Amino acid sequence: MITIESLTKRYGTHLAVDDVTFTARTGRITGFLGPNGAGKSTSMRVMVGLTRPTSGTALIDGRRFADLPNPGLDVGVLLDASAQHAGRTGREVLSIAARTMGLPRGRVDEMLAAVGLTVDESERRVRNYSLGMRQRLGIAAALIGDPHVLILDEPANGLDPAGIRWMRDMLRGYADRGGTVLLSSHLLHEIEVVADDIVVIGNGRIVAQGTKEELLAAAGTLVRARDLPALATALTHAGIANNLGGDTLRTDASPETVGDVALRAGVALTELRAADGAGLEEMFLELTAASQRDGHASAEGQAA
Amino acid sequence: MSTTTIERPAATATPVVREAIPTARLMGVELQKMFDTRAGFWLITGGAIASLVATIATILFDPHNAMDYGDFASAVGIPLTIVLPIMGILNVTSEWSQRTGLSTFTMVPHRGRVIVAKLVTTLFVGAVSIAFALVVGALGNLVGSAIAGISPRWDLGVGQMLLILLADGLGMLMGFTLGVLIRNSAGAIVGYFVYALVLPGIFGALAAYQDWFARLQGWIDFQFSSTRLYDAHLTGTDWAHLGVSGLIWLVIPLLVGLRLTMRSEVK
Repeated sequence: MITIESLTKRYGTHLAVDDVTFTARTGRITGFLGPNGAGKSTSMRVMVGLTRPTSGTALIDGRRFADLPNPGLDVGVLLDASAQHAGRTGREVLSIAARTMGLPRGRVDEMLAAVGLTVDESERRVRNYSLGMRQRLGIAAALIGDPHVLILDEPANGLDPAGIRWMRDMLRGYADRGGTVLLSSHLLHEIEVVADDIVVIGNGRIVAQGTKEELLAAAGTLVRARDLPALATALTHAGIANNLGGDTLRTDASPETVGDVALRAGVALTELRAADGAGLEEMFLELTAASQRDGHASAEGQAA
Repeated sequence: MSTTTIERPAATATPVVREAIPTARLMGVELQKMFDTRAGFWLITGGAIASLVATIATILFDPHNAMDYGDFASAVGIPLTIVLPIMGILNVTSEWSQRTGLSTFTMVPHRGRVIVAKLVTTLFVGAVSIAFALVVGALGNLVGSAIAGISPRWDLGVGQMLLILLADGLGMLMGFTLGVLIRNSAGAIVGYFVYALVLPGIFGALAAYQDWFARLQGWIDFQFSSTRLYDAHLTGTDWAHLGVSGLIWLVIPLLVGLRLTMRSEVK
């Protein structure tokens, strides 16, 4: 379990992480979602002891990361798959990790097989690896110590569709066996398909968090009709708050209630459905747009 | 696409008592890291090849009647005075320049321990390399003397060998210091060459024209005072020069660099 409490990180006048509190629970995949530069990477760096927080705490199973005697055996970390010595072979990278953690040499071959890197590929230098191969190597390095917590920053970057599918299945199985997974992404869809819990961060602050069901259920109902303004008036008369935007109308009422109101008002519906994640998506789009207005270049810089 | 799954079940969250990573293991890992990269491999191979070339050159060009062990030892040692400091530099800077620090310092979230392991392995590799150079020099002396038809002269005492070891060790430490201070491979290597090749010229010229500097040089020019170690006859003043200039050029920058290393972010 990862417990983040009132975590704040300030660089000069810039607040990279602003009073962030959340928990990544055991046996679940927690998606850490936010646009580039929102503070995901900085939060993760604090969790693994690479960056000192200005205030607040990040604990793994109740302990500071730096207090873990041999962290690799408890926590698998992948922050940046490109952060490997270009002149070292993939096998050497894993061999160094295995040796540092005190694992038998055979573990290297096991992990290479597990992430689908061939013997030939493992003997190439990382310089010649594609981003997808680097991600696989990074995952192998994170899993080599058989940890029960995984912290992965944008692990799907550079993976082909089959690779993304493979990673998704791997993480699912891992969490189902009782592991804790925290993975970040700037892509809503990626988080939506794999996560049990979602934490949304924007400009260093948490803007939403909860189980995926909670966040998606909050979205309400989406309606299209021939005479949308008439439906809006009927809903307002029935005391149901609604939001008319373009050719769709959104409301927090259930599709059933909306259907009843439409029938009584004699408005023909052309579409009526639960607005799956539309609320989340809108919120996320707003966040992304906001951070782009703030200057995309600086946002990118923070993400690095 | 692999269909292999991760077989091992993730451990339950029950606390397990774990052993801390032993320091000897960290040193072993750092030693492995010095040689398993292309840069590390060619540095040490290049150093060894250069030692052999220097030996052959000494046999070919040294006047046969004057050939002695000191000639071989110093010829073989010259490539090492360049290779060893660069190894000292890369050992530290690659964690930042190649960004491997991201995984190194997460596997071992105590930078002090990693840096000490690096320092010890750097000095160990330095000592082994110099021992290697002295052996190659000895073989060269035997072969060279046999070719020249003279009996080999062993003019290098144990004391002198230790002084050479100290001088090369200080050079390597200087590289290490620049590494922790600059934490960028290219920057630190350029810094070293400025220190080793450019500064002596400037200081030398200054000493030649300014009397006051000539008197001071021993105290403030570390390169100058550590080169005296190769001369074998050091006075008490020479040692004092070495100590004071070493404090300025080596000890203080090293302490500053270590402090920066502890706090700097690995991006």
